[in-house]
Amino acid sequence: MSTTVYLDNAATTPVRPEVLDAMMPYLTDEAFGNPSSAHRFGQRAQAGIDRAKRQIAHALHAEPGQVIFTSGGTEADNLAVIGAALAARSRLSPMRVAVCAAEHKAVIAAAKTVEKMGGEAFFLPVDARCQVDIAAVDEALARGLAVLSAMWVNNEVGIIQDVRSLAARCQDAGVSFHTDAVQAVGKIPCRFDDFPCTLLAISGHKIGAPKGVGALIVRDRNAVEAIIHGGGQQFGIRPGTENVSGIVGLGQAVELAVGELDETASRLGALRDEFERRLLEAIPNATVIGADANRAPHVSAVAIPGIDSQAFLMHCDLAGVACSAGSACNTGLPEPSHVLTAMGLPREIALSMVRFSFSKQNTPEDVDRVMEILPDIVKKVRSLSEALAR
Amino acid sequence: MRLPMKGKKVLVAMSGGVDSSVAAALLVEAGYDVIGTTMKLFCYGDTVPDRPCCSLDSIQDAAAVAAKLGIPHYVLNFEDRFRRDVIDNFVNEYAQGRTPIPCVRCNTFTKFRDLVAHADALDCTYIATGHYVVARDGVLHRGADPNKDQTYFMWGIDRAVVKRMITPVGDITKEETRAVARRLKLVTADKKESVDICFVPDGDYPAVLERHLGSETPALAPGPFLSTGGDVIGNHDGYARYTIGQRKGLPGGYSEPMFVVSIDPAERAVVIGTVEELYGHNAELEEVNWLVDPLSVGDSCELQIRYRSRPVPARITGSCNGRIQLELNEPARAITPGQSGVLYDGRRLLGGGILS
Repeated sequence: MSTTVYLDNAATTPVRPEVLDAMMPYLTDEAFGNPSSAHRFGQRAQAGIDRAKRQIAHALHAEPGQVIFTSGGTEADNLAVIGAALAARSRLSPMRVAVCAAEHKAVIAAAKTVEKMGGEAFFLPVDARCQVDIAAVDEALARGLAVLSAMWVNNEVGIIQDVRSLAARCQDAGVSFHTDAVQAVGKIPCRFDDFPCTLLAISGHKIGAPKGVGALIVRDRNAVEAIIHGGGQQFGIRPGTENVSGIVGLGQAVELAVGELDETASRLGALRDEFERRLLEAIPNATVIGADANRAPHVSAVAIPGIDSQAFLMHCDLAGVACSAGSACNTGLPEPSHVLTAMGLPREIALSMVRFSFSKQNTPEDVDRVMEILPDIVKKVRSLSEALAR
Repeated sequence: MRLPMKGKKVLVAMSGGVDSSVAAALLVEAGYDVIGTTMKLFCYGDTVPDRPCCSLDSIQDAAAVAAKLGIPHYVLNFEDRFRRDVIDNFVNEYAQGRTPIPCVRCNTFTKFRDLVAHADALDCTYIATGHYVVARDGVLHRGADPNKDQTYFMWGIDRAVVKRMITPVGDITKEETRAVARRLKLVTADKKESVDICFVPDGDYPAVLERHLGSETPALAPGPFLSTGGDVIGNHDGYARYTIGQRKGLPGGYSEPMFVVSIDPAERAVVIGTVEELYGHNAELEEVNWLVDPLSVGDSCELQIRYRSRPVPARITGSCNGRIQLELNEPARAITPGQSGVLYDGRRLLGGGILS
């Protein structure tokens, strides 16, 4: 399978060699210590964490003290949404949250958990371009919220949300604003200091750090309460012995990704545009979802009517192309993606959506190779659908 | 195992059980280009603990075996189609006082039609399963293990598909299958046998009927027990809970054992009678399918009317519109509408139909 073209970078990426190098001392004898320990082993580990905080803070224009490490994007989103609801309860305010209907499942599920805890959750509709309905936002804000959440770059379709205007509205209403920036970091300019964002979630494995590490950037520590409990690490907001090597890897990866942003954006954008141009030319009736929307450069969500996306992925994998249908977490489930449904796309279109996502590793030759393979696969999978419909 | 042309692509259906695991393993050892697939047929949701087949844990077992064998493995979702072709029919048959066998329709429609469509799209010459049947030269024969033979469930499949079937465990015994699995250290080697219908947890089929038909359905509502003479002799709690030949749960007080001899859904009646009244000399099959050139009126064969019953010699006495009538050389016990009547010539599967 050495010839497989990997076009599933929005699902995950391999650990970058520079990141692995940075991590190694923290996994082995040199700096394996518990950062809470007073001795030199602990001090070295703590120094690694501190460095990662500075790297992330510098890259995202935040303060090192605002960086709370988590086990990944999902935990960061849960901490933001559930943690904000808990903080509201402590202030004797209602546990009421509002999240965009096209959010990552981590946010949607966290909002549903707030409901189960006796709180209230609003799911804000989006339009065909995945933009949150402003009237619904204002209505929710008028009710009083613990937090409002909207994903910066949608993980399934790559569409950029206008988080600035949402954050400004939240600020005016005195409501915390959370954004899941997992797909945004390293793909579009992300600054924490130039708009009133309270909470911002990032993840390591989408940008060349290992799986199992992420962070929530927290402007105001009173905005969230811990959702897991233990020692006093990370101001008690996220206790537990830190995943030191992962954190070091995250720091390194964020620094690299943000430093390379301009080059990444132009290269990936060009690759994606070329890919989409040729795909639309070669495959009858295919459409690019969000083609007319403001998109991050690395994601291409394509609807290929008449295909069953599961069968399509199987054929692609066997032919040497790795891609995915909707978000990777959906694998095995037949429901159309909630994102596409929220955007008002019909079920048949939603079920025929496949996502190709690019990274720096991809080359124009990859696009050539994929375009050699895809038309034949589409033909086969379309005739499969016809055979099954008989 | 017979090996038709090595090196060709095979799509193997892997349920996550030991039989299909070994089927895949034997194909890999024999040099085929194997693609593993697990059909997800239904969803229990989160409420039912793991089942031997068809649940997510089983999908993971199948994936683990495929990884061990170094073959690709994919999950294909057949939930909608399986509900339409198998579960809905199962429910409707019970509602009509019949006793269906969903495994027959699963083979006919799901495994050997829908999955074959996938095999076609993948340019797979062959399709393989872990069934204890022997596909040879386009004909199906009973599996070598007399306790495991599954030809009874295979009569409905398209005859043209048989040529493309490979049945790697068909000519070995279950114990031999497990031995292969242990030799290859497959995670499924000692997995317990699935005995229930896969989508009926703990054999509680009335619960499945209730979920699909609603709790008010006549099939699960009280009705009379009748004697064969038409006398009301008691009450039951739903005719769908009974099958022909059943002895359990009937009114007592008779000098001889009584059995369910028929079910009348229009009257919600369960009719009980003596063992003599349970035996019949004639059978009619509907939805008949042939896996050989069709037999004609006057031809002889053997008819098997239950999975575990002994086939009896029979003669075809009538045939029209996909139905055939048979006269049995000796009486058969509990000829049950909805069960399969399967026709054999010795070990060779000729075809079959649904008992009407």
